[in-house]
Amino acid sequence: MTEMISTQSRPAGEAGRNYSGSLLEVDNLLVEFHTRQGVAKAVNGVTYSVDAGETLAVLGESGSGKSVTAQTIMGILDMPPGRITGGEIRFRGVDLLKLPEAERRKIRGAGISMIFQDALSALNPVFPVGWQIGEMFRVHRGTSRAEAKKKAIELMDKVRIPAAKQRVNDYPHQFSGGMRQRIMIAMAIALDPEILIADEPTTALDVTVQAQIMELLAELQRESNMGLILITHDLGVVADVADKIAVMYGGRIVEHASVHELYANPAHPYAKGLLESIPRVDQKGQELYAIKGTPPNLLRMPSGCAFHPRCPYRRDNCVTDVPPLYEVDGSRRSACHYWREVLDGTAG
Amino acid sequence: MSDPTALQPGPVTTDAQATTESQATAPVGKPSSLWSDAWHELRRKPLFIISSVLLLVILVMAAFPQLFTSVNPEWADLKKSLQPPSSEHIFGIDIQGRDVFARTIYGARTSILVGVLATLASTLIGGLFGIVAGYLGRWADTLISRFAEIFLGLPYVLGAIIVLSTLAPVSSDPSRLRIMVIVILVMALLGWPILMRISRSAILAVKHSDYVMAARGLGASPMRIVFRHLLPNALAPIIVVATITVGSYIGVEATLSFLGVGLRSPVISWGLAISEHANYLRTAPHALLFPAAFLSATVLTFVMLGDAVRDALDPKLR
Amino acid sequence: MGRYTLRRLLQLIPVILGTTFLIHFLVWNLPGDPFAGRCGERPCNPAYIERMTELYNLNDPLIIQYGKYLLNLLQGNFGEDFRGVPVAETMAEVWPNTVKLAVVALSIEIIIGIGAGVLTGLKRGGFLDNLVMISTLFLMSLPVFVIGYLLQLTLGLQLGIIRPTVSPEMPWSELIVPGFVLASLQVAFTARLTRASIAENMRADYVRTAVAKGLPRRRVVGVHLLRNSLIPAVTFLGTEVGALMAGAIVTEGIFNINGVGQTIYRGIITHDATAVVPMVTVLVLVYLLATLLVDLLYAVLDPRIRYE
Repeated sequence: MTEMISTQSRPAGEAGRNYSGSLLEVDNLLVEFHTRQGVAKAVNGVTYSVDAGETLAVLGESGSGKSVTAQTIMGILDMPPGRITGGEIRFRGVDLLKLPEAERRKIRGAGISMIFQDALSALNPVFPVGWQIGEMFRVHRGTSRAEAKKKAIELMDKVRIPAAKQRVNDYPHQFSGGMRQRIMIAMAIALDPEILIADEPTTALDVTVQAQIMELLAELQRESNMGLILITHDLGVVADVADKIAVMYGGRIVEHASVHELYANPAHPYAKGLLESIPRVDQKGQELYAIKGTPPNLLRMPSGCAFHPRCPYRRDNCVTDVPPLYEVDGSRRSACHYWREVLDGTAG
Repeated sequence: MSDPTALQPGPVTTDAQATTESQATAPVGKPSSLWSDAWHELRRKPLFIISSVLLLVILVMAAFPQLFTSVNPEWADLKKSLQPPSSEHIFGIDIQGRDVFARTIYGARTSILVGVLATLASTLIGGLFGIVAGYLGRWADTLISRFAEIFLGLPYVLGAIIVLSTLAPVSSDPSRLRIMVIVILVMALLGWPILMRISRSAILAVKHSDYVMAARGLGASPMRIVFRHLLPNALAPIIVVATITVGSYIGVEATLSFLGVGLRSPVISWGLAISEHANYLRTAPHALLFPAAFLSATVLTFVMLGDAVRDALDPKLR
Repeated sequence: MGRYTLRRLLQLIPVILGTTFLIHFLVWNLPGDPFAGRCGERPCNPAYIERMTELYNLNDPLIIQYGKYLLNLLQGNFGEDFRGVPVAETMAEVWPNTVKLAVVALSIEIIIGIGAGVLTGLKRGGFLDNLVMISTLFLMSLPVFVIGYLLQLTLGLQLGIIRPTVSPEMPWSELIVPGFVLASLQVAFTARLTRASIAENMRADYVRTAVAKGLPRRRVVGVHLLRNSLIPAVTFLGTEVGALMAGAIVTEGIFNINGVGQTIYRGIITHDATAVVPMVTVLVLVYLLATLLVDLLYAVLDPRIRYE
């Protein structure tokens, strides 16, 4: 298992090497949760893609399906209650969902890796951080203990943990929140993955530390040219780093656009609401906008467009017809029957 | 969403349903939803139903042994010694020529009495110390906690052997009442620290809550705060632990009596019966097995009951 | 770790002082004549009273009595039995047999208890899970001596699979059933505790991280999950050493194992309270040291404890 990866650093194999499409493509993914109360459609036909060196921000509130999608890509979804009922996840053209578990495992951490929101609980409390980073090399590459430790120190240096050599044997609880997230990042980039998924990487941190972590991620991405999927509920975080944004609502992508397009002029009422609810210096003193209503209940999704109960642009057919992802222009998409009105800014 | 298990209904639904139901059925002026919730959850638990029925049988047995047997448990016919079970004596005859069934039935009273009273005593002592330690804090807490630690340094049965072999030496012949009182007091003396810890932490958990602070700010007297606010919150964990404790105390009493330092003849005790017939295991297993079965069933009843009550009252306790 | 060890040691001292004082006080200084009823129906003979008074310095003030008693304990002078044989001598002779039994019991506890806990914790709700939950409920309810006699009767006397009592050479194979009897209650608790903690930790974020790192499942479970889930079971082990010792008194009595437990059991039966108390006192001290040991093991397993 180790030779395969060390001699050939592209884990998806020969077949994937000459693949001309995107590095990672999520295609019409369907994920359900089976509960005693019924079936919750957590991910309902999500499609997005990331290329090398590209940053995709996936934006949405909790329950929008953004994290479930990421967990499905990683193959760490709890099944049951989760169940993948359709779609493909292609990494270098190979559908991960059809790979046997043994093959899938080799891609985890080496080809695609992930960092989590709360590094304190995501790191194992009873092992030294260096040991946990080194484990990547020992398990995937068969590196010796001593060598793995050396690499762990190098990685801790790389993510700028001060006095890495002295701290390699410390335990997670001995680090500050920001430092712990750096350790998480060091572990995730240990094997030079092609895709890094960051699930709310800065949510649990102080604002100043947030900026440092985002900077670090952006820098590491530039260096290694990996594709980055940045999952967040915070529009402010993504503005500087993301190339494109997928806004999710109720398990669907409702708007897909480049950062500039979305910030300049959103084409979906929900994205518009999100943008308007960010406090801005030039609007000091004005009342802050808030999207009315509550996120949808996944067990009882509203008919038609899931956003219609909260939507200021709502018309009759929004209640009955599920909007497809309309092509706005180029790669830009909006799942609103009235995206033209939204773009023009004329409320229903 | 990052935690898909949050979607699982689990206890959340039953809680929610229980609340709505209890609100519909509970008489007005009874807002203690913890207890009505617990009751509604308990009522549909097979573990609880089985153990309650068993408990009821055991309690009736302890209160009215005459209902189950008309034979005098003291009546002895040495000629029949160690006779196996027959239609006349369904559990057989013991070494002294007494009816095993009658003695087993009458044994329930002793076990229940010792188990319940010892639990009650250690709960009262432990609960009181726990409330004082938790409420006053500072030096009172330190003093009581250190004191409890010393008692906890004495493992239960070992400590009981030391104290009992001094207070009621094996060779002495105390009266029925006296030996029972001594055994109960010794068990309470060694058992209170556990209940003290439980009630202390329960008090600490609510002591700094906003509503207690508010009550204090409004000038409620310490007594009122303890009895109106702190005690009701400490009650749930204490009840859970006390229920299980009754079971384990019954086992301890039997163990001590079996070892010869606990109850002794003429008290009728399951542990004593087992001890008396240990040497006849090969020839007359019935004289040992029937009391052993009743003893185990009784302990099992309390363990099951405690398990069920714990799940209903405080799922986090374990 | 060094500082933690030191602190634990320091914390142990007042407990040892308090516990030994408590024992000494309860045995010799309760209100009333300490010799009343100690020698059966008759009053104790003067020679006995004199010897005990001298041995435990009963004429001195309480605090000096206790000081001398403690000094004796520290020198390994635990007291004498009825015939004047030092308790320490008797204990030293039978101690190895008890240790042998305890090793068997502890191995059974770890293998069966933790094994069953891990298997059922990983897969709850199945046949095995229900089987383990029900059988542990029974094990928790059967007093040690009931299980002991049941197995002695069925396996030993009726089926003849085992010798009803252990032969004096104490071969390991004959210790398996007594070891299981001794460990029965702890096996049940360990299994339930491990099950609960495996089930809880299985949902922990760090386990998800371990999967996301691409580790094989057996490594995720065997290294990451197990190490964390064993912590409660180990702490429980410490608190239950005392129960294990009480169990040894019963088990060794039933299976005729010439160990500390049986010596105490014989002391009780032969009405030799003079010897029983110091022997049990030794067990209490061993128990306190064992809890210290488990505390240290706890700190080895869980680094967060060390830096409290």
